[in-house]
Amino acid sequence: MELRGKKVIALGERDGVPGPAVAECARRAGAEVVLTLTACFV
Amino acid sequence: MGLEDQAAVKRVADEHGSGVVVLLGTPDAESTQTLAQTVVVGDPSYAGPLAGVPLGLPVLHVFEVRDQVPVDVYEAQVGLMEMSLDRDAILAGLREARRVAAT
Repeated sequence: MELRGKKVIALGERDGVPGPAVAECARRAGAEVVLTLTACFV
Repeated sequence: MGLEDQAAVKRVADEHGSGVVVLLGTPDAESTQTLAQTVVVGDPSYAGPLAGVPLGLPVLHVFEVRDQVPVDVYEAQVGLMEMSLDRDAILAGLREARRVAAT
């Protein structure tokens, strides 16, 4: 799926790729980031 | 997913409608399946604001969009984690979540 022009919820995770890093990838792929979260599974 | 996070996802999905895509940065198959299920068919624990709320949002993992991101950005933001995590298992978990959502 092409991200360009899409609205993206960046749902990162503390033990994986954090939300801000996911969001930066989405942004640089041409998407608009509408929410950034970093979940934490324990 | 925490209750506050579920509430935030629901609010944003309601505001922006069906054009929203969820991009995951989960570290294993289990968390990938759980988060994907939560934003597609609803909270599997039936505890949060997304319980019984099938948002039906398209879900991708950040590993799947590598080709759409400038190489230097991807390497800086994701490269190290992609090397240390089990990429195949994560993407298999996402495929399974999509299969379950489609049935």
